[in-house]
Parts: sequence; C-alpha cells; structure tokens
Amino acid sequence: MVTHDESGGGHGHHHPPSGFIRKYIFSIDHKVIGIQYFFLALFSVFVGMTLSLLMRIHLVWPNIKFPLNPGGLMTPEQYLALVTMHGSIMVFMVLTTAPQSGFGNYFLPIQIGAEDMAFPVLNMLSFWTTFVSLCVLVSAFFVTGGAPISGWTAYPTLSALGEITGPGQGAGQTLWVIGVAIFCIASLLGALNFITTTLDLRTKGMTLGRMPLTCWSWLITAILGLLAFGVLLAACLLLLLDRVAGTSFFIPGGLVVTDQVIVSHKGGSPLLWQHLFWFFGHPEVYIAILPGMGVASHILSNFARKPVFGYRAMVAAMSAIGFLGFCVWGHHMFVSGMSPYSAFAFSLMTMTIGVPSAIKTFNWLGTIWGGRIQFRTSMLFALGFVSLFVTGGLSGLFLAQPSLDLYLHDTYFVVAHFHLIMGVAAIFGIFAATFFWFPKMFGRMLNETLGKIHFWITFIGVYSIFMPMHFLGLAAHPRRYSDITGINFLQPLHSVHYFITMAAMITITAQLIFLVNLFYSMFAGEKAGDNPWHATTLEWAIPSPPPFDNFAGNVPSVYRGAYEFSLPDHTEDYVPQHLIPEKVAKAR
Amino acid sequence: MQRKNAETGSTITAFCMALFIVALTVITVYLFIIKAWWFPPAITDFGRQIDEQFGRTLIITGVVFILAQFGLAIAIFRFRDRGQKATFFEGNTTMEFVWTLATIVMFVGLGLYGEHAWAEAHFQGAAPGALQVEVTGQQFVWNFRYAGPDGQFGSLKPELVSASTGNPVGLDPKDPAGKDDIVSPILEVPEGREIEILIRTQDVTHSFYVRELRLKQDAVPGMTIHMHFDATQIGQYEIACAELCGLGHYRMHTYFNVVSQADYDKWVSDQEAQIKAQQ
Repeated sequence: MVTHDESGGGHGHHHPPSGFIRKYIFSIDHKVIGIQYFFLALFSVFVGMTLSLLMRIHLVWPNIKFPLNPGGLMTPEQYLALVTMHGSIMVFMVLTTAPQSGFGNYFLPIQIGAEDMAFPVLNMLSFWTTFVSLCVLVSAFFVTGGAPISGWTAYPTLSALGEITGPGQGAGQTLWVIGVAIFCIASLLGALNFITTTLDLRTKGMTLGRMPLTCWSWLITAILGLLAFGVLLAACLLLLLDRVAGTSFFIPGGLVVTDQVIVSHKGGSPLLWQHLFWFFGHPEVYIAILPGMGVASHILSNFARKPVFGYRAMVAAMSAIGFLGFCVWGHHMFVSGMSPYSAFAFSLMTMTIGVPSAIKTFNWLGTIWGGRIQFRTSMLFALGFVSLFVTGGLSGLFLAQPSLDLYLHDTYFVVAHFHLIMGVAAIFGIFAATFFWFPKMFGRMLNETLGKIHFWITFIGVYSIFMPMHFLGLAAHPRRYSDITGINFLQPLHSVHYFITMAAMITITAQLIFLVNLFYSMFAGEKAGDNPWHATTLEWAIPSPPPFDNFAGNVPSVYRGAYEFSLPDHTEDYVPQHLIPEKVAKAR
Repeated sequence: MQRKNAETGSTITAFCMALFIVALTVITVYLFIIKAWWFPPAITDFGRQIDEQFGRTLIITGVVFILAQFGLAIAIFRFRDRGQKATFFEGNTTMEFVWTLATIVMFVGLGLYGEHAWAEAHFQGAAPGALQVEVTGQQFVWNFRYAGPDGQFGSLKPELVSASTGNPVGLDPKDPAGKDDIVSPILEVPEGREIEILIRTQDVTHSFYVRELRLKQDAVPGMTIHMHFDATQIGQYEIACAELCGLGHYRMHTYFNVVSQADYDKWVSDQEAQIKAQQ
C-alpha cells in the first residue's frame, strides 16, 4: 500500500499561485475546487427550488398570471418543462455535486492526511466540465420550443422523435441530452480522482479501518459513480444519435405521431433506454444519499461525544448498499412491460437492500444512545436526517413489491418517497455538513440562532410538504399532471394540494435565512478556532481556514481510529487522531 | 452560570425536537388509521388481494416507523447534554446480529408473501373464453377495439391512421375481418366476465391505469402487452394516463364502464348498427 511520501515529493512541491485567475478561477487546489462545487450546487438548488415553487403555485391557482411570461398563464408544456428541469438540476447539479464533489473534494484529502487530490489538474477539469454541463442544461430554457417536457427520466420515444412529439422536444431535448452526457464525463473524472486519492494518499497510520466514515462514504460513492455514469453516458450518446443521426436504438417501427407515420426509424426498443437509464438511476439514488450517511454518522458521533456504534457494521452496510444498489434497477420498471419473472428477482433484491439501511438506522440510534448530546445546528440537521431517512425509506417497502407498485407506480406516493429519502434527507446531510465544516472552510462560525430558526422551519416544512403526498398517491393521483381539474377522482384532493403549496412557499422562503446566514457569517461571523467542535479528525488539527497545502509541509501521522470520544480514564472527552500516544492526557 | 444556561438551552431544544418527532409520528399514524385519503374499493378479487398485502405491509412498516421515530425522540431527550459524561461503548455484535436477522426475516418475508398476487396477474394468461379488447394509446386519447361478431381483429396499417376522418387506429378497410371491429373511446365491459386487454400505443409510452382494478400497465411503442381482469362490480370508473406522454398527459382520460351482460349486448348491437350505417 502506498502511503504518504514523507519527503513531500509528488504533491508537496506545488506552490500557492499568486494570480487571481489561478488562485480562484482555474485553481488546482482541492479546497478552492470544493468551494466552487459548493457554490455551483448552491446556485443550482435555488434555481431548482424556484422551479418547484412555480409548479406548486400553478397547481393550486391554475389561472394565476406569471410576470415575464408571454400570455401570463402557465401552459401545460411550460409546467412539464419545469418538471423536467427541476428534476435534472436537483439530481445532477445539487444532489450529485454538493455532498460528493463539494465537501468530498474539500475534506477527503485533509481527513486522510493528503496535501491535495491525486490528480489536481484533472480535478480542475472535472469542475469546469460540470460547469459547462450546467450551462448547456440551463440553456435549454432559452431555445425555440423551450426546455424538454419528457421529465428527468427522458423516456423514448417521447424524448427520441424530436419536436413532433411536443414543444421542447426539439432543440431543448437535444441540449438536455448533451448537457447530461457532459455531466457524466465530469463525474467519471471526479470518481477516478476520489478513488485514487483514498487508496494511495493516506498518511502514515491512516489505515482503511481508521478512516472517518465520511471518507468511506465518499470512496463508495466514487466507485458507484465510476460504474454508473459510464452507462448513462452510453445511453445519452445512443439517444443523441437517435435524435440527430437517424439511428433507431430506442425507436421501433410503425409509429404514428399525430396522424403522421414515422418512416425513418425501425427496430429499436424503448425498454433498452429504461434499462440503461435505471442501471444508472438507481445507484444514483445512493450516490446522492451515501455521503449524507457518512456525514450524519460523523456528526452524530461528534455531538453525542460517543464513538460511532458499530463502525465496521457501518462500513459493511454502506458497501452492501453500494453493491445491492446495482442489482435493483428493475424495480423502477415493474409496469414497463419487462418480463414479469424478473420482477421477482428485482423485488427480493430491493427488499434486501432495506436490511443494510435498517442496520444504519439502528447504529445511528446506538451512537447517540448513552451520549451527551449537544444540540448545535449541525447536530439538529443530522438528527433530522435520521428521522427523514426512516420515513422516506419505509415507503420504499411498498414500492419494492410489484403487486403494490401496480397501484402506486407513477403516483404522488413515489414523489413523496424519493423526495424524502433522496431529496430532503440528502439536503439535510448537506446542511449538517455546511454547519459543521463552515468554520474550517471560512475561519468563521455560522450564526447559531439563524441556523436554528432555519432548521425548525425547514424540518417542519419538509414533512408538511411531503407527508401529505403519500395520501395523494394512495388516492391514485398520477404524477406530472399540469392540471388536475379534469379528473373526477382528483377533485377531493384540492385541499391537500393547497396545504402542500402553502408549506412549500413558507419552507422555500425560509431558505433565504440560510443564504443570509451564509454570506453574513462568511465576512462577519464569529471567528472560529482551529477546533471549535472538539473534534478528532485531521481537518481540526490545522488552522481555519487551512493553509494552501493543508498541513504546511508537516503532514501528521495517525495513531488511532476516527471516533475516540469519552474514553474512560482520560481527562479530555476526545482524543484527536494525530495526537501522539505519549501526549494523551490520562486521568490519574 | 454559563454552564446552567447551556443546560437549559439543551433541555428546551431536546424537548422541542422529541415533541415534534412524536407529534409527527402520531399524526401520520392517525391519518393512516382513519384512512383520511384512501384508495377506492377494489372491484376484482385480485384487487382485494393487493389490498390485503398493502395492509400487511402497512402494519410492518408502521411498527418499524413508530419504534424508530420514538426511539430517536427518546434518545434525543434522555441523553441531552446535562453535563453528564457520555457512556463509552463502540458497538454490540449480538444486538447487531439480532437486528439484521430480524429485518431480513421481516422485509424479505413480506416480499415473498406479496409475490403471490403478482404471479396470479402476470404468470397465468387469460382463460380461453375471455373477451379480448385492444387498448391503443395515442397523444392524448385512448381507443378500445372489440373484434365484433366474427371474433377476429382486422389488420391495422399505420399509414391509414387518421383521427380526423374517424379511423384513429388505422383499420384496413380491405380486410374483411376488420369490417365489424368496434372502435370506442370508452372501455365498456360486461360484469363478471374475464377480460383480456391487449395494450399498445401508436406514438410514445402511455400507461393504462384504473384505480379500482388495482392495475397499471405501460403501453410501450413496438410492444403489445396482455393483461387480464374480472370486474365484479357494475359502475363507471375512470382511466387516467399514468406515464408522462407529452403536454396533454393530464387530459388523457376516459371512462371504464362495467355493465350487466344485457346492457353490454345492447351496447354492442348499437355499435354494430352504427358501423353498418356508416358503410
């Protein structure tokens, strides 16, 4: 095993750049790149949230006129464009980007005792490729026909036949496919870097078994990314060829769209796209949530002042989730027309993936049980994460059964399920990480009062938004309906929609508190010391913010595991990983 | 003094957090028990089996939900920072083992139990005497085709599809088997007879969904997918499209009528009379 080169060769000899552009724009410093990713995700999450707000308003007040919108009223195709772009931006640009590329980039090298990522230039390239993909994706709004209306899942033939199938399905859909393909490339580059860094650049004494669970989660996520994004990239290329080069990977013959016979395509299968897409799509759910699991474990342990309960079981559970995550994609396709026999296998694998998820929940409770819980905002978000993870996870047990999925598939029950577990729980992981690491990143503390107000509105708010959606689903409310006045059985559900929209408006507005807190504290927050949380891992052994090469040439060695809290017979209730054994103060 | 303030703050936060989690759990469980918003009664035996499996799943997930959320709330309040020292332990293999085994039995057992209904719907084809109806989705309407008295579907030609001239599915007028085919925008079936539907689409993916049948099946370009059901309750039900199919997805909606055999026979002869009149 290659550990850190003590002479400082390889990565030790790059010097801090002096020019503004090399320092802040085209930087190869993993910390700057991490912050760039963080701000890219922050921008995207506000765009994505605004889109969802517009959808919620339209659903409840269909006759409302939107300013800046030609004609005022929101058309069905505009609604569906919002659906598509909200999903795509949130999944790719926020949930994939912030927890892994953002915080992972910043803290993986520091937590394992490395001076940078293994390939700093590649790292810079990953970020700028992601930036280009965001620009391409968002540009779909501004072309003729507008953004695509086929959802983030882009099922052919709707997504493959061009504008004949609807507005937005011309240039907008093409830009979407290209944007996502570019994103896949960026993610592949990033994944490669994460895996190499974790395996090769750990400092002396940092065995795999001593790594913080955050690093484990970033490593497993990177492996998932490496295996999943390649498949999506291939699928996107095939779809692009179907659209622009006349191929028929996903288009069968004999189709008639609005009385017009499609003569130029035959022989393809729309199900092929669904298999490829979900072979990526399901691991993608874990790409979004695994870093949140790592962060939650880390923070729960820190603020309960207790070691993580069952560290090895936690690593095993994450690995099992990662592995099983590749065996369950078919549960998105129970009603798709694929072989009903394979549904058996996919269903049982999916029920099985509930087991490591349950182990994690059990261990989180074990971690705080018997602790001394300090309710910093970061801890509140981590506790909220656990609650949301349980709620969002359990509805998965309904959807994993093909017979129940026959009823619930593509209803609001699914919307509730994946928003809670993949959206909101993951976002709570991001918030917890932000409040925990902000002092290290910017040298100042986030305001705790603002943080707690923001937490409470958000926690109550997200449950108010998504819990009622389960009931919409039970009443069979289909997803992606831009207007709900035409179907009789949806009429009794208006009050539920009204409640959800109200909750969404309040919750989304409250996110401005976070934004204010972030920018205010960045410049005027209380100064943070090196280790404000009395934490054990290596990032807290260095100044806040860290120097250019992280350890100023003095890479520490590691002597113990990452979660040595409240050891018996010790004076302090924590023992940092890098503290040499002779210096650990024992109580007499 | 400062220590004391920190303790009070900790207690208030712990109390609020625990209270909210308990309240959330109680309200959610309450809404599920009173069935605040719920599925309509099933009109097939298969649907009733699904409802039973839903009930079993609800009980198991409900118990786990209550235990996990209450456990979290209790831990939050009980172990709030009051200046105590945290108890040191790093895990417990026996408990870990028991917990894992319990969830495997519970979750996988539930999954196995639920496969029965799925198998019945999908592994056995319709009985030979079943009434066949071809379901065709197109942006943004449903059409239902019946074979007519000869029991044979006529052939279809994509180039003849023309919604405006009254041939929405592209019936070939040269094929004698198609002369008596009924094409209806509403799905009309007799009560108590097995119905086999052949689901197809002309353009993009749609999804045939009837709540009361507890059935949903995508209509996939290039495929014809068979499903069967036996509706036992006369009434009018709604068919909604459940797969995003374009800007009119929300209005791709029609009715599903289950009628007595006599009413059905009358409906068929009315339709046949209409076809004759047009020819």
